[in-house]
Amino acid sequence: MTKIPENLKYTKTHEWVRADGDIAVVGITDHAQHELSDIVYVELPALGRKVKAGEPCAVVESHKTAADIYSPVSGEIIEVNAGLQQNLGLINSDPYGEAWLFKVKLSDPAELNNLLSPADYAKLIGN
Amino acid sequence: MSNSHSENGTAQRQVVLKRTPLYEVHCSYGARIIEFAGWQMPVQYSSIQEEHLAVRSSAGLFDISHMGQLNVSGDGAAEFLNYLLTNDINKLAVGDAQYSLMCNERGGVIDDLYVYRIEPKKFLIIVNASRAKADLRHFFQQLNKHPAGKKTTIEFIAENAGAVAVQGALVPTFINFALDGVAAGGACVKKPDELKRNQIAYFVANNKKYWVARTGYTGEDGFEVFAKGADIVKVWKSINEVGAEYSLRPAGLGARDTLRLEACYPLYGNELDENTTPIEAGLGYFLCFEKDFIGAEPLKRQKLEGVRKKSIAFKMLEKSPVPRHNCAIFNENNDAIGIVTSGTHSPMLNVGIGLGYVSPQWSAIGTKLKIDIRGKQFWAEIVKKPFYKNPNLIK
Repeated sequence: MTKIPENLKYTKTHEWVRADGDIAVVGITDHAQHELSDIVYVELPALGRKVKAGEPCAVVESHKTAADIYSPVSGEIIEVNAGLQQNLGLINSDPYGEAWLFKVKLSDPAELNNLLSPADYAKLIGN
Repeated sequence: MSNSHSENGTAQRQVVLKRTPLYEVHCSYGARIIEFAGWQMPVQYSSIQEEHLAVRSSAGLFDISHMGQLNVSGDGAAEFLNYLLTNDINKLAVGDAQYSLMCNERGGVIDDLYVYRIEPKKFLIIVNASRAKADLRHFFQQLNKHPAGKKTTIEFIAENAGAVAVQGALVPTFINFALDGVAAGGACVKKPDELKRNQIAYFVANNKKYWVARTGYTGEDGFEVFAKGADIVKVWKSINEVGAEYSLRPAGLGARDTLRLEACYPLYGNELDENTTPIEAGLGYFLCFEKDFIGAEPLKRQKLEGVRKKSIAFKMLEKSPVPRHNCAIFNENNDAIGIVTSGTHSPMLNVGIGLGYVSPQWSAIGTKLKIDIRGKQFWAEIVKKPFYKNPNLIK
């Protein structure tokens, strides 16, 4: 059974979001890391980059596939998890914790309401 | 997240996919199934990384039942095969095997394959799954043309056959316990572990019979077992059970690809195709010019005049996305000089590696390259083949 923490919101494209005041922390879901299998490369967005909700801004790659990661929200990239490059296995082993990918300073906090609830995400992936 | 290139065989496909006799076994072991050359095959059971490292450190078990199997026999068989294939079949005593290539009249590769002399006038040939149809067409066309063809019989036996590969440093330690039976043909050995590399023998047990060859596609020691479809499941289960004590893991096509790439073995469709010669692919060693074979003339000419492209192995010099088939290759002056034919992340070296073709003047070891991966360029370097060599592998 794939993990879908109750305190997070989700996207149709398998990202998770943790709202921290006006900061959104973003990563990929357990379902996503399982589909990809062993991650061998990650490309994170540049600091200061402005992103729009739904815009591809990162890449996660496994032996067989390269997958675009879409920003769930609009705003500015204020932090990326640079340490991940040295420890890519965390994306597989701790996708909701240590393996967050980037943080966005929200330009429109109302967008959080457009995201999927844990129950909606569970339905999406047929859990 | 999206998949920019994924490899599912979905239910919408009209094509009926084939399954090997081991399909249910794969499913019961939790394998992820993908489509390969019209077959439903396991790409991984746990993870490509884990399965790859298992083969390098202990043992892995692969289903290779999808590969084409032919028997070519008769008084004319050796002469006929020596005309179709590039390597010298007369080097093979009964029980010997060799890697060989089959070329078209331009010297381009129709397929690369393994030939096993199982009886004085009978050969087992293992061909790529993706080329079985093309190979058979060629074989039968030539059978009608060549005089030795009248005394040669070709039988495609893959329909009712299966095969597995068990590869890894620890395999010789347990293979005799996994494959029982009395030796009854091929090389003069009593037990499988007595086979030398590139030898094959026939074993008969009370509930199964099979050919065992000390060959493989991983760069490790190991064996390949060819049996009737009904027996191959018993063979797989026996190897898996005995091997478990030695940390053997079932391994899928994902690991098969990363392993052969570390060993710099070509994959038909990537490094080899009908417009690429064995010389360009760096396989000149397997051409015997002392005999006439299809493609010999243009290949002799190419040996004299030089090649248009040269096979190279490269290693990424920086952390980069995975280099993949069809990525463009540039030199340090930004000239386009070639193309990547296969690429992956190497589990042993923990860096991107690949094979490709470049203009001969840029093919020296140590040459710095730039690989274009999804629009960005990353530095790489041409290295000596293979990327990985097991120091203990007895040749």
